[in-house]
Amino acid sequence: MSIRNIKKSYPIFSRRIHGHPLTYLDSAATAQKPTAVLAAMDAFYRRHNANPRRGLYQLGVEATEMVEQVRSDVAAFIGADDASEVVFTSGTTGAINLVAYTWALAHLRPGDEVIVSELEHHSNLVPWQQLAARRRWKLSFIPITANGNLDLQWLRRHLTRRVKLVSVTHTSNVLGVRPPLPTIIRLAHRVGARVLVDAAQAVAHEPINVSRLGCDWISFSGHKMYGPTGIGVLWGRRALLEDAPPYQYGGEMVAEVRWGKTTFADPPARFEAGTQNAAGIVGLGAAIAMLRAIGWPAIRRHERALVRYAMKKLTMLSGVTVYGPHTAVDHGAVISFNIDGVHAHDVASVFDTLGIAVRAGHHCAMPLHTKLGVLATVRASIGIYNTKEDIDQLVRGIKKVQKIFEV
Amino acid sequence: MDLYRQKILDHYRAPRNFGKLKGATHKAQRGNPLCGDEVEIALKITRGVVRQVKFTGTGCAISMAATSLLTEAVSGQRLSQVRRLTEAQALRLLGTPIGPARHKCALLGYEALQKALGK
Repeated sequence: MSIRNIKKSYPIFSRRIHGHPLTYLDSAATAQKPTAVLAAMDAFYRRHNANPRRGLYQLGVEATEMVEQVRSDVAAFIGADDASEVVFTSGTTGAINLVAYTWALAHLRPGDEVIVSELEHHSNLVPWQQLAARRRWKLSFIPITANGNLDLQWLRRHLTRRVKLVSVTHTSNVLGVRPPLPTIIRLAHRVGARVLVDAAQAVAHEPINVSRLGCDWISFSGHKMYGPTGIGVLWGRRALLEDAPPYQYGGEMVAEVRWGKTTFADPPARFEAGTQNAAGIVGLGAAIAMLRAIGWPAIRRHERALVRYAMKKLTMLSGVTVYGPHTAVDHGAVISFNIDGVHAHDVASVFDTLGIAVRAGHHCAMPLHTKLGVLATVRASIGIYNTKEDIDQLVRGIKKVQKIFEV
Repeated sequence: MDLYRQKILDHYRAPRNFGKLKGATHKAQRGNPLCGDEVEIALKITRGVVRQVKFTGTGCAISMAATSLLTEAVSGQRLSQVRRLTEAQALRLLGTPIGPARHKCALLGYEALQKALGK
């Protein structure tokens, strides 16, 4: 599959928005869906629908096989040896909460410390904050330096035996910064802390290899990698998954149930109570197949070139402030900026009149915005279907804003 | 969509009744945590009439212009009339349709006013 003309395989781009073609620059919020993903889910419902792992009839066997095939595909996709280390969740938020409410609740004691970074999305901040308050854990934040990188000197000083968990983003959803994970993981493991990596903003843009990375858990969402909403993944080391109790109870997660007592199934079933989002899992499988067919080298080449092009264009414009590093190297597929003198919401509204979709606000990272000293920013984020024309349209949008507001 | 008409931009750049009000009888603040916008409305109401109204705050063009227009609309009005002002009427003050995505911005001042009047 070629990355050129790929827009054609995404039906949404046939739409016109306020008389303009859709310039979709909000893939970091959710990516658009290719026909292959939609067709796979449609085919599941039309031809194979049954409750996975329950039906003893032909359809049940097919549904189970399809779901378990995707589990293996996910494992291969992230470089995991063992498919049983892949737990299907509702998304990244579900995956992080799963670690918080199972492993962390079972293993952390009052006075133990959890470290996250100032870059975190609320979904990797609020669960820890709330449980820390309830269980009297200490929660600390790796500060960011002026250019948005993590202060590793701070981390070195703060990693003591009290630290039981470091939970950190792979790629910032606001600044595009990619923290040096191998170093962070090595330092954390040295004091016996476990490491959770939030890969929501990375998984559609670069290969992830959990074996090479050496982290203990990784979480991501299907919908940010061209798959459907409502499906996500928690990968965890087998020993850690086994060493954690379930936190949702129901069907198919048990080994044996008596009136007064239940023994639980092994992972991953232990963490998959209730009927799974089978069509979503199948759609995720189709998204993975699509990414593999294009291949990481082509995806990275294409997206890096676009980020570099966008960064050059935006930093050249007067009256535009770009946040985070200004180089495409070590930069994820997001660029956050403000037009001087204009509120981010007004920028997004003017963009909308030109068919440009961006995120405006704090992007679920309020403390980070406080640190940056701004209330809100505009975020343009890139997916495989974006082109230089999209960036040119963004620049036209910025100029229109500046004209309307006379700034 | 023609959201950024001259009238809105004019009220954004030069908001009417902007500033602190001394001797306010009614006062309330509303914020929108999504974008950090904040509006405080202060009114001086005597014998059932809004004698003076002023506002302070920061925000986008829509929230600032809408609040500015709102203060003009209620200034000098009978309290009973101001209390009857509906959301739809407040939105109409902008003179252009506001999409649902911006309703929160457009109604921030209106909500502050409702709060100030104890609704």
